[in-house]
Amino acid sequence: MKRSVILNVNRIARTVEVEPRSLLVHVLRDDLNLTGTHIGCDTSQCGACTVLIDGQAVKSCTQLAVQVEGMDITTIEGLAPSGALHPMQNAFWEKHGLQCGFCTPGMIMTAVDFLGSNPDPTDDEIRHAIEGNYCRCTGYQNIVLAIRTAAEVMRAQSAAGQPTSEPAGESTQRSPLPAAEPAGAGV
Amino acid sequence: MIPTSFEYVRAGSMREALAAIAGAEGVKVIAGGHSLLPVMKFRLAQPARLIDISRIAELKGITPRGKGARIGAGVTYREILESEILQERFPILHEVTHTIGDLQVRNRGTIGGSLAHADPASDMPSVMLALDATINLRSKRGKRAVRAREFFKGAFVTELAEDELITDIIVPSLPPGAGTSYTSFEQAASGYAIVGASAVIARKRGTISHAVLALNGVGEMAFLVPGADSLVGARGEAAELDRVAGGAADGIEITGDIHAPADYRRHLTAVIARRALDTALQRAR
Repeated sequence: MKRSVILNVNRIARTVEVEPRSLLVHVLRDDLNLTGTHIGCDTSQCGACTVLIDGQAVKSCTQLAVQVEGMDITTIEGLAPSGALHPMQNAFWEKHGLQCGFCTPGMIMTAVDFLGSNPDPTDDEIRHAIEGNYCRCTGYQNIVLAIRTAAEVMRAQSAAGQPTSEPAGESTQRSPLPAAEPAGAGV
Repeated sequence: MIPTSFEYVRAGSMREALAAIAGAEGVKVIAGGHSLLPVMKFRLAQPARLIDISRIAELKGITPRGKGARIGAGVTYREILESEILQERFPILHEVTHTIGDLQVRNRGTIGGSLAHADPASDMPSVMLALDATINLRSKRGKRAVRAREFFKGAFVTELAEDELITDIIVPSLPPGAGTSYTSFEQAASGYAIVGASAVIARKRGTISHAVLALNGVGEMAFLVPGADSLVGARGEAAELDRVAGGAADGIEITGDIHAPADYRRHLTAVIARRALDTALQRAR
């Protein structure tokens, strides 16, 4: 039996009709059309479906949508609400932290959570942090480089009092998440 | 993969949760869901009703308790890693938690869920045995406290009754200056421990005054190694550690699977147990 659930996705409250058994990843992709979140293994191994829930990286294939009712969900689309890329996205681009790109959204979401609690990691710490994200192209070298680069950029921005995703500062929050998108901007 | 249909109830309090599971058929309890949802997706579990306990405030929090700690059953691995109290008092909890799952799994998985699930390979049970933790249970019938050493009954089988929930875990203080270690050898792809060893050792004037060793992944459940007692009064010389580690799996039916046949697992048990003892001894002050 379906029930009505409000999910705060990318800072917009979205009402969806879901069965209790509906997995978050399916609701995001099929009901909300946010197809940036990928389904890889579907068994909570590969991390392609990683999104942030209240700022923490979670594999959305192993999460019921009803479990996260009312929580803040950020998908890859939510990292660049106004089109300006998040420093993590920029770093993956600049350092070629992808080959086929399938794992990239999940890698980026995990890395954003990770840098939030460890802004100046060693390469070993980065590798440990992404152990739940598989790159089947085995392009890990540049992924680690991209995350290290993003960490440098974000530390510099943070030191300069700039927000992490917008070039011109309107917010000085230190959160790795971008400032809120205006309500009703829609996806 | 999608689970079969079920009714979903989010419990707002312990009272609600206990009422929902008492006397009900086909009920499963979900917190982080990282053990339960995969088996539901494979349809190995098909509960009629799911009781979500993840938002119950009484199950949260890590607080000092004397020189020990109380850990709510709903505390996530991430919260364990971020806890200064635990890091200072029980570095072995930090050490073991770092090896559990991956970053995303640690964000959702809970200590209570892991203990209730009692996967033979799970890392946390042997640490609970080594620390002599007590697991507090509650049902509509009342409360009871069960030592971790009496809690695990077999593979995926525990002392927990159908109508009970774990509320919290009490970890007593360690002997002064005790050194601890969790050492494991993991299956490379899954990260599950083929063998894990938890050791706690304290010394007084060069002589071992306290020695505990517990293992996971070796047999159908985590267990204490009785032979570790014999280190008390010893000086911790190589031959003494070799003897305890070498006999650590004596009398245990050792699991064999495609990742580690029983003979290999027996060998690994001695190696990993030895490393855990050695590290704990070196860390003892």
